[in-house]
Amino acid sequence: MIDQIVSKYNYWIYIVLMMIGFYAMIGKKNLVKKIIGINIFQTAIILFFVSTAAKRGGTLPIIEHAHGHGAQSVHAATYINPLPHVLMLTAIVVMVSTLGVALAIVIDVYRRYETLEEDEILKLRR
Amino acid sequence: MINQSPVLVVVIPLIAAFLTLLLGWWKKGLCYPIAVLALALSFLSSLQTLHTVVTNGTISYHLGSWPPPWGIEYVIDHLNAYVLVIVSLVSLIVAVYSKRSIEQELPEKIVYFYCIFLLQVTGLLGIVITGDMFNLYVFLEIASLAGYALIAVGEDGAPFASLNYVIFGTIGACFYLLGVGYLYISTGSLNMADLAQVLPDLYQSKVVLVAFAFFMVGLSLKMALFPLHVWLPDAYTYAPSTVSGLLAPLMTKVGAYVMIRVLFTVFKPDFSIELIPATAILGWMAAGAILFGAVLALAQTDLKRMLAYILVSEVGYIALGVGLANRNGLTGAILHILNDSFMILALFLVVGAIMYRHGNREIPQLRYLHRKMPFTMAAFVIAALSVIGIPPTCGFFSKWYLILGAIDADQWVFVAVLLISSLLSVILFFRVIEHAYLEPEEEHAGEASESAIAIEEAPLSMLVPIFVAAAGIMVFGVFSGKIISTVIQFAVPGYF
Repeated sequence: MIDQIVSKYNYWIYIVLMMIGFYAMIGKKNLVKKIIGINIFQTAIILFFVSTAAKRGGTLPIIEHAHGHGAQSVHAATYINPLPHVLMLTAIVVMVSTLGVALAIVIDVYRRYETLEEDEILKLRR
Repeated sequence: MINQSPVLVVVIPLIAAFLTLLLGWWKKGLCYPIAVLALALSFLSSLQTLHTVVTNGTISYHLGSWPPPWGIEYVIDHLNAYVLVIVSLVSLIVAVYSKRSIEQELPEKIVYFYCIFLLQVTGLLGIVITGDMFNLYVFLEIASLAGYALIAVGEDGAPFASLNYVIFGTIGACFYLLGVGYLYISTGSLNMADLAQVLPDLYQSKVVLVAFAFFMVGLSLKMALFPLHVWLPDAYTYAPSTVSGLLAPLMTKVGAYVMIRVLFTVFKPDFSIELIPATAILGWMAAGAILFGAVLALAQTDLKRMLAYILVSEVGYIALGVGLANRNGLTGAILHILNDSFMILALFLVVGAIMYRHGNREIPQLRYLHRKMPFTMAAFVIAALSVIGIPPTCGFFSKWYLILGAIDADQWVFVAVLLISSLLSVILFFRVIEHAYLEPEEEHAGEASESAIAIEEAPLSMLVPIFVAAAGIMVFGVFSGKIISTVIQFAVPGYF
């Protein structure tokens, strides 16, 4: 059991981080804390993707960095998989936009209700 | 140029979105014509695409000429092309309608409104057209982010409702992304057609199973399938009229389309139906959605909120058709994507027109509306009859196929659910029609004399889109046989 956790520790960290974010999104009453939760949740997913790309002894996926400089002979096994990194660059853009939109909405919420606590807003709205 | 029609469908609104922003700073009045022109062109390209698909079969468009599975591929088969036409037509109708409503509700935000409106449509069209799982995620987020922003500019409760939607929507999108990641680590591919080839050997893998579960939960959140619908009623009630008119018919339908894609194209039907009982679970959730939506709609006095709950129930119909997993059920579900888009479109546009003229949408306050707004209310009645399922309107035909599908599957409970929900919608809509059309007895002799109520009809730029939607309901009803024989029978996956 412990062996399994230690040998796949990156996945365990991702799961723990994701659950922390998930708890903040659902459980916290403060709207800004919820948004921080969203961010932790998404960062955990980025960690997951990036860690799937890693390889033991793998190097940067640029031909010049290859072992032995054999520019023509490309062995996929010696390179880190670049695709998850590329996907995550896009996902980071999405993340930042989500954060921006969410914060803009929170500012609007604060202007209307003068509070960021969810239960107080619900009380005001009744 | 004709060969490029698949990509033009998406690119035209995208470029127009930035064009409105640039030209809008110079002249505000240009935004509306640009938006309508862009969506009209996009609609024409989607029609052209549908025509090509119907005559020549599936189109595969390679972006930047990179061959799939490495490059992003747009794959358009009968199902795509059909949903594409629906999305572009509905957004065109809403764009025409938007002019007066936006001038009244958001006078100082016209430029930004049209920019985000076009981005929203770009996202929805992109989700439908793409053949790449990660590309779909990006478009899903474009559509959702634009949606959050559009909803947040609505009336009093809108920002709070929108924030709620941000949280649920992000969970949904992130689950979808995790599903993509799990599929990628087990297959090494992101292309849907490629995945469909590689996956069958891995169906016993736990990783693939988890990916499938993530997809189902994420997409249920996006399409607001009961019990994950909680964000929907608030968001669509408080959004500006035009925005509810755009989002309510399309966002949920596009979610349903993606679910059909994942269930039957990326994963093969023998996985989703036999290996794990995904469709059976979906069917029962859908039955819950239908009843729950209809019952809660009964409890509402706000007309728009009532429609939002009816939408929850309508999403249930589509999911039920998918969950039945037989030919009639899926035909019903795919036909209902079209019919329901137009029914919900007509209903939300009518509510927008009522709001525009009277600023009030409480059902008891609708009195004498048949004399103040006779044409708008006529369109409302047509849409209401269609939701109930009266024969010449299109709602009857999709319900007919759903019931046939339920009988084929020997699921008599679902037959009962479908019939009960029809009866509930009779009660729902007659409550509205009673308040709008029938005059209260006690006041009849009183002050409200016949001539005192002048006609205050909605402006023509709102009335025409409402009529197009209502006419669509009738036309799709009359020609539903033709639609099924030319498009939908090929859109249903070959397995059935």
